[in-house]
This record gives sequence, C-alpha cells and structure tokens, in this order.
Amino acid sequence: MRKTFLWSYIFWIIIFIFVPIVLVCYYGFTQEKNNLFFFSLDNFSRVFKLIYIKVFFRSIVLALICTLICFLIGYPVAYILAEKNFKFSSQLLFLLLVPMWMNMLLRTYAWFVILENNGLINFVLSFMGLKKISFLYNNQAIVLGMVYNFLPFMILPIYNSLKKIDLNIIEAAQDLGANAFKIFIKIILPLSLSGIFSGVTMVFMPAVTSFIISNLLGGGKFMLIGNLIEQEFLRTGDWHFGCALSIILIIIIFCFDFIFRLGNKKNNNDNYGGSLF
Amino acid sequence: MNKIKFLILILVLILIGCGKKNDGKNLSLYSYGDYVNQEILDIYYKETGIKVNCDTFATSEDAYIKIKNGGINYDLIIASDYIIERMIKENLLQELDLDEIKNFDLIDDRFKNLDFDFENKYSVPYAWGTVGILFNKKVIKKNNLSWNILWDEKYKNKIFMYDNARDNIAITLKKLGYSVNTCDDKKLEEAKKELIKQKKIIQAYLSDAIKDKMINDEALLALCYSGDALFCCKGNKNLDYVIPDEGSNFWIDGIGILKCSGKKKEASKFINFLCRKDIGLLNTEHICHSTVNKKVLEALPDEIKKNKIYWPSEKDFKRCEIYHDLGDVLKKYDVIWTEVLAED
Repeated sequence: MRKTFLWSYIFWIIIFIFVPIVLVCYYGFTQEKNNLFFFSLDNFSRVFKLIYIKVFFRSIVLALICTLICFLIGYPVAYILAEKNFKFSSQLLFLLLVPMWMNMLLRTYAWFVILENNGLINFVLSFMGLKKISFLYNNQAIVLGMVYNFLPFMILPIYNSLKKIDLNIIEAAQDLGANAFKIFIKIILPLSLSGIFSGVTMVFMPAVTSFIISNLLGGGKFMLIGNLIEQEFLRTGDWHFGCALSIILIIIIFCFDFIFRLGNKKNNNDNYGGSLF
Repeated sequence: MNKIKFLILILVLILIGCGKKNDGKNLSLYSYGDYVNQEILDIYYKETGIKVNCDTFATSEDAYIKIKNGGINYDLIIASDYIIERMIKENLLQELDLDEIKNFDLIDDRFKNLDFDFENKYSVPYAWGTVGILFNKKVIKKNNLSWNILWDEKYKNKIFMYDNARDNIAITLKKLGYSVNTCDDKKLEEAKKELIKQKKIIQAYLSDAIKDKMINDEALLALCYSGDALFCCKGNKNLDYVIPDEGSNFWIDGIGILKCSGKKKEASKFINFLCRKDIGLLNTEHICHSTVNKKVLEALPDEIKKNKIYWPSEKDFKRCEIYHDLGDVLKKYDVIWTEVLAED
C-alpha cells in the first residue's frame, strides 16, 4: 500500500517537474527553422545582451528591496504577535491571513482605487488643497504591491520561530543580569534566525519572479524578468528565448537559495522551512 | 485495494469532466474582450438552441500564438486583418462556404475582397475602425493633431499607449513619414529610438484598461481605436478623437472558422446570423465599433451615423493604411518592442 503511494508520488514528480524541466532545457538550447529544431546557443548569447542583463538586475534589486522592507516591517509585527502577554495575537494573526483568502489579482487591483490620480489618497490631498501626486506606474508602486502581497510570508515563519523560544532561557538571562537589549541581541535574534531566513526565502522567490504586480502597478513600463518571460511565451511566441531566460532565472534562484541556506547553516539551526533543497 | 479503486474512480471522473461535449449544441468563439454583445448570443440561443461560449483575448497576436501552438480548440475566431492573413498562409482557417452565409451580400463592398483575404474565402468582415488619438479637448484645444503630440514633454505622465507591438511601431513609423508596413531595418531602428524616447513621458502601457482610465480623466492623451474612443466619448464629454494629420491605420476585423473545428455548418450559420441586420444593429450599438453592414448603417440613428469617430470622412479614410502580414519581419517588430519595454 505504501509503495503504491510512493510510486504515485514519483510519477507526479516525473510528469510535473522532471519532464517540464527537460523540455525547458531542450527549447532553451535549440532554435527552430522550417519546423526543424537544431542545437544553438543563440538564445543564451541574446540573454547576455546588456539590455536583458539590465532586466535581470532590476528584478533582483526590486526583490531585495522588497525583502528588506518586508523584514523591517515583519519582524516587529511577528515579535509583538509572539509576545506572551499580548491578548489579541490569535485575532491579529487571523486578520493577517484573511486577505490571503482573496485572489492576488483582486488585491492588487484594489490598490488602483487608492493610488490613482483621481484615487482615494489624491482625493484627500486635493480636498485639503494640496497638489496631487502620481503614485501609480513607478518602481515604488511595484515595491509597495510586492510588500503588500508577500508580507505574511515573512511574518509567519518569524512568528513561529519566536513562539518556539523557551521562556526559561530568557528568564535565566534576566536572572544573570542581562538587560532587554542584550537579551534581544544575544538570545532572541539568534534563535529566530531560522525563521528569518525562511521568511527571506519565501518573500524573495515570489518577488523576483513576479510579473503580474509589476505589470499592473508598473503600467507595463518596468519590465522584470517575469514580464520578459511572459512576453516571450504569450506575446511574441519565441519559446526558445523564453526557455533560455527561464533557465537563467532558475540558476539565479538556486544561487540565492544557496546563499540563504549558507547563512542559516552558520547559525546551526536545523528547522529551516521554505528552502528548495 | 479499495482505496486504489477509489482513486482510479476519481481520476476517471476528472477525465470525463475534462472532455468537451460535442453534441452540436454549442459553439466556441474566441474574440477580443468586450467585442461581442452578450445579448445577441442569448438571442441566438433562444432561436436555435445552440449556446455560443465566448472566450476573450487581449491582442490578436496572443490569440494567434495560442492557436498556432495548439492546445486550445475553438470553432470561430474574430481577429485582425493581418492576423487573418497570416492564419490563411499557415493554413489555420477553413474555407468558407458563402452559399451558407446568405447575409454576406449585406456587407458593404468596400470591406469585401480586401488584400488580406481576397474573395473572402476564409473570413467575413465583422467590424472596422481606425487608430487615432483620444484626447481631452478641454485642455488640448485643437481640431487637428499630429502624432508628435504623443512625444511632447509638456504632457509628461499624461499619456497612455497600447501595450502591443504592432500599433505602437506603426504609428511611430507614420510619425516619421513611413508606411505602417515598413520592413526596412534602418527605418525600424529609427522607430525604435523614437519609442524609447517616448517611454520616458508615458504614464503607462495598457490594453482595455485605457477606456476606464480615460473616462476617469486619468490622463489627457491616449492611443485609441475609434470604437473604444466613441465609447469613451459617450462616458466623458470632455473627450474627443482625431486621426492625426500624418495618417494612420485602418483596420478591419473578420470572423473565420478554425481548421480544428468540426462544426463548420453550425459555425457558418452563426456567421450568417451575425450578418443579419437586426443583430448587426444590436452589436454595433453595444461594442461601438463601426459596422461593415450597409443595411445596419442605414438603420443607425443619425447621431451615430454622422459621428466622425464612427464613420470618418472620405478624406480621413484615404489617409489610413491597412496592416499587412509582414511574415518574418514581424519577429523584428517583436524584438524591437521587447527591447523598448526592457529599456529604463
């Protein structure tokens, strides 16, 4: 019985992970002429044109900024939620998850109503006699959309790791005369590192590959790597170039995952969720 | 073992659920968003008992690529002239039986036998229009505009453009004084530079969203199809539409039957139904794009018929060029557009 389930799992992996990756590689390393496929590295030499490298660079920078902001907002929130004297933590945690029941597209569209030139914020501004500001269609709007969508992925793992900290350790430190700052630096922060790394991974990965947020909030002007791949597959139909881009993207993600994992290993924590390996 | 049987049962049920019913009681139509009045599909259902399911796409190119790569099956498609031309070349459309489509005679001669489908062997015209500038006439008090206004720094962040390669490159070529069907590398390179320059002052590249945004005064200028422009002008009285001095594109969308469809007869009947006067009238009033049907045009109220957005003057009409399928050169168009979007 158990074996059958194992086989169904292997079957699943082959069909939905292994075969697609082989296909992506096949397309990435070939070109088509008169319905014939032949080996070629042209796709990759095109990927390394300055203009496309800029696209990769832009995606990574925006994703890193988004991850940093998520961390700066997420850690204090997780800390407050994990506080043992905090009464409403379960209710707040619930509120944090409620928006995730809704479709991401809808949630992102909702920002239009707020940010538009004639939107909510600008309505208030002009009501107060101030000049209107255009919030939409720039890098900041994209980062805002990403942070908004991915913040729970940062808060939850950190919250979990903070919750797991044995309170006796903290009490012991207090008994030995450590002040609050020292306790945080020496005990809480190191013990929550696994949560931080897993949060960072879970925010960075979707952020670097996201295309719908940059498309909507960036007004199609700021092409990220996800947009470029979408463009190649759906608009121009150049699957070969699209696959070459996907291969590079996979490599980049592996590299970053490796870095994050390395950082985590140094802090000898075993429970590291959300990793690719 | 019972569990395995149960799993197999579920799998089988899922597979059955995935299979498409093929009892001749439904037709599938692939079309632009908001391009067919739902009301007429309901009427068709009442009259014949055949349900027409309409799926939508954002640009003709998207649809072409999906059909070309297979994996989706539709009976009918509404697509742009040059995409129809390409689909004919690549053998993706079925030859029509015009005897089945009696109402074809109602279609205005000027829309028949055009280059992209001479003798209308594969497609029947559906609607037509032009590409021009939708602008806020309260701020821009002019009757004639040049394409250059879309490059004017004065209107920085007040301009919307379409997010497709063909229209943007075509109007840039027109601005530079070339044909919309230019294949010359040097001229295309020039157009690319212009588009990159323009990108700095554009608020956003959008598709259908342009309509709502312009009605809500989110910008002053937008590249717009005439039908959409008419829709916007109805919603916001400050808006107006012109075909710029340099000339523009005149497009005509047709409906055809895809090769993969096994329901040619039913599909032909539906095309015939679309060409009927009362149906054409309902449709054109809803979608706002100009009709190809001479009887429908006669029956339209004066306010629409005489509207220069709906029916441009002969002079304007002459200034417009039709797109052609450029074959492999279109790949260059795609690369140019990708690089414009990738630029900072």
